[in-house]
Amino acid sequence: MDLSLHAASADEGVEPLLAMRGIVKLFPGVRALDGVDLEVRAGEVHCLLGQNGAGKSTLIKTLAGAHQPDAGEIVWRGEAITLPSPVAALKRGIATMYQELDLIPSLSVAENVFLGHERARFGFTRPAAARAETAALLERLGHAEISPDEEVGRLSAAGQQLVSMARALAHDARLIVADEPTAALASDEVDNLFRIIAELTASGVAVVYISHRLEEIRRIGHRVTVIKDGRTVAANLDARESPTSDLVDLMAGRKVQTAFREVGEATVELGDVLLDVRGLSRDGEFRDVTFSVRAGEIVGLAGLVGAGRSEVLETIFGARKADAGTVSVDGRTLRPGSVASAVKAGVGLAPEERKSQALLLDMSVTHNVTLASLDEYSRLGFSQRGRETRDSASTLDRLDLRPADPWRLVRTLSGGNQQKAVVARWLVHGCRVLLLDEPTRGVDVGARAELYRLIHELAATGVAIVLVSSEIPEVLGLADRVLVLREGDVLADRPANELTEGDVLDMVMEGSAA
Amino acid sequence: MTKALDRPPVRSAGVSALRRSVRFDVRLVGLAGVLVLLCVIGLITRPETFLTQDNLSTMLRLAAAIGVVSVGMTFVIIAGGIDLSVGSIVALSSVWMTTLATQSYGPVVMVLCALLVGLGCGLINGALVSYGKVVPFITTLAMMASARGLAERLSGRQTQVVTETGFTDFFRASVLGIPVLVIMLALVFAVGWIVLNRTTFGRRTYAIGGNAEAARLSGINVKLHTALVYGISGLCCGIAAIMVVARTTSGASTNGLFYELDAIAAVVIGGTLLSGGRGSLIGTLIGVLIFTVLNSIFTQNNLDTDIQNIAKGAIIVGAVLLQHTTARRRKRKPPARTDPDPQPTNTNGSQS
Repeated sequence: MDLSLHAASADEGVEPLLAMRGIVKLFPGVRALDGVDLEVRAGEVHCLLGQNGAGKSTLIKTLAGAHQPDAGEIVWRGEAITLPSPVAALKRGIATMYQELDLIPSLSVAENVFLGHERARFGFTRPAAARAETAALLERLGHAEISPDEEVGRLSAAGQQLVSMARALAHDARLIVADEPTAALASDEVDNLFRIIAELTASGVAVVYISHRLEEIRRIGHRVTVIKDGRTVAANLDARESPTSDLVDLMAGRKVQTAFREVGEATVELGDVLLDVRGLSRDGEFRDVTFSVRAGEIVGLAGLVGAGRSEVLETIFGARKADAGTVSVDGRTLRPGSVASAVKAGVGLAPEERKSQALLLDMSVTHNVTLASLDEYSRLGFSQRGRETRDSASTLDRLDLRPADPWRLVRTLSGGNQQKAVVARWLVHGCRVLLLDEPTRGVDVGARAELYRLIHELAATGVAIVLVSSEIPEVLGLADRVLVLREGDVLADRPANELTEGDVLDMVMEGSAA
Repeated sequence: MTKALDRPPVRSAGVSALRRSVRFDVRLVGLAGVLVLLCVIGLITRPETFLTQDNLSTMLRLAAAIGVVSVGMTFVIIAGGIDLSVGSIVALSSVWMTTLATQSYGPVVMVLCALLVGLGCGLINGALVSYGKVVPFITTLAMMASARGLAERLSGRQTQVVTETGFTDFFRASVLGIPVLVIMLALVFAVGWIVLNRTTFGRRTYAIGGNAEAARLSGINVKLHTALVYGISGLCCGIAAIMVVARTTSGASTNGLFYELDAIAAVVIGGTLLSGGRGSLIGTLIGVLIFTVLNSIFTQNNLDTDIQNIAKGAIIVGAVLLQHTTARRRKRKPPARTDPDPQPTNTNGSQS
């Protein structure tokens, strides 16, 4: 494979395999994509860089036919096309390997590879044909040892990745979109994946490659497109020659921090240590996490998805049991693996997946708010509904939750107001340590500012707050102190005003580079 | 003065609570309409006998056991589970309480025996579901087989006649013209309603069925609670066994046959979601009564049970279809009203 062939910067003569121009995608309240351009040539590995929330996933879902763009054009092999469905994209030869593998674990390798386009005659499947073709594909991928009859759930992460890739090839893909394919792989498996990608591109297949690891992009990438806030900020850079600092600056963009600082400027007098975490570890998730949070302090955990941030929060809360280390609140050690013990000590968690982990969507706001405090709102087991309604109404008022109807079903609230309902649950409970996991996920821009204000107000009343967010500006802007996590290790524990977005990006992305 | 200022939010909450309960009742009103319609049909076809006190008593006495079982089933289904073993537990309890040995200790021990056997079976179900992590369907399917088998073994497949007259005298009596069995049914429903709607136990039951993970992360002991809910179902089966034995003056391993199907049917047409988290005991009560009246209409008019079963199936499907349409209409309407910032349904598309 001769990379220099492809590495040439912007020479005009080559007609792109794919050109996406001015793609706009609107979600209620958010412009997820605001004019993205992307140009991919046959036989190249085109890397897509951008922070969490920059719009990468939305872009590839548009390319996969899973989202319909609101504006912009897609040109495929010189012809303007629409991709009304995932099937349409596959028929054109555009295959996507999603970050979370979309395989069915209980089916065999061959069945997964031909899922949706089964080898069949008169409606009867032809398992022998599917097996043979799958075996051929796996051999082409250099893994003939994987049996087409093996159950996918029994394969390693790398094996599943290969099945996913075989599936893309089975569709005779000319363009394969790989969304963080190495996230779950060990380093020798990564080498194999890269060898396969190189062979594919040598045979003319184009790969759109998404990764947070710059060193991977340097190894296999040809050109890079950087997107930020739903826009292309730099297109077709040389993947090997562009300086790291330039790429990081492009991803970070203008300094957004100021927006948060203003809110948080009125510095809070910090109190005694409320939450003390010592040497907390969980096998395969994170190691030796030690930090403490004072009353009124906001500590941010920064890191990529999968760095162990949510796991740390859930372990502090007792939803996961620590293998080593202790958590104490106000000097009293919590019982490991006991949510009840944490809740009793005054710890509250607003989990990452609001809808599936926190809310009772078909119950009223009031019933959601008092869920963690039912014992306080009962006498001899009977609910005290008057007091319950009164307290929840006043808390909703304090959080400015709209509409201020305590009997409204939570399902009908907007994302920001649902998040407020979760926070209200812990306020009513009188919590002193609040763990916030991605509090602004799925919350539109206006409501975010309100949540930021709320978080500062809570801290000002002496609540100790631990905040996890994938958006680095958010962590830097809100927190007093920041812990940077990478693959389960704490890399830094520093005051937020001593860190820039670039510093943090460097730390979370490099590391495995040098 | 300040107190007066504090009041408005409470009052507005009260108003919307009222509105909520009224809206909630709309579905039940439809169901009650079906019940009334069936009564009218009964009245038209058998005007001279249908609404007599005699017939009403007979109807309700027949409904008592299945009604009590349905109360327990409502708890289990709201908590997100299912209990297929209720009929077999009724059989086992009825046999155990009527063995010669048990009867020799007198009526109080007979009653206690039925309650304990029921509760015990329920708790075994609950422990297996909660702590053994066996799927409710399988757990209770196994209990359904085993409990019935044990009942057959204990009784030698013989019908055990109750000779203890103290027991029969008490449970076959009437107070103010109302049979004791019907009073028991009403009591069980009342207690069940209070527990479900006015206690923390009830609230937690709804919470676990609605979102077990959210309940767990709110500090609720989901496992223990789930086990207790199956215990309640078992206890209800014990009570139902007492009723069956009182009505037939005998215990037999064939008692309670297909009770699980009748109870699930009553709960489901009463508007309780099989997926858990939503439902009402009043709906269940109406559901039980609908089947009871239907049964009475068919027996009074000397119609075959096969036609009755066909009608029963049609009513189950019809009621559930009706609820689907009303639920869909309700879902479409309210969010459009006053929501200032619309819900971004899939913004995390860019964040995953």
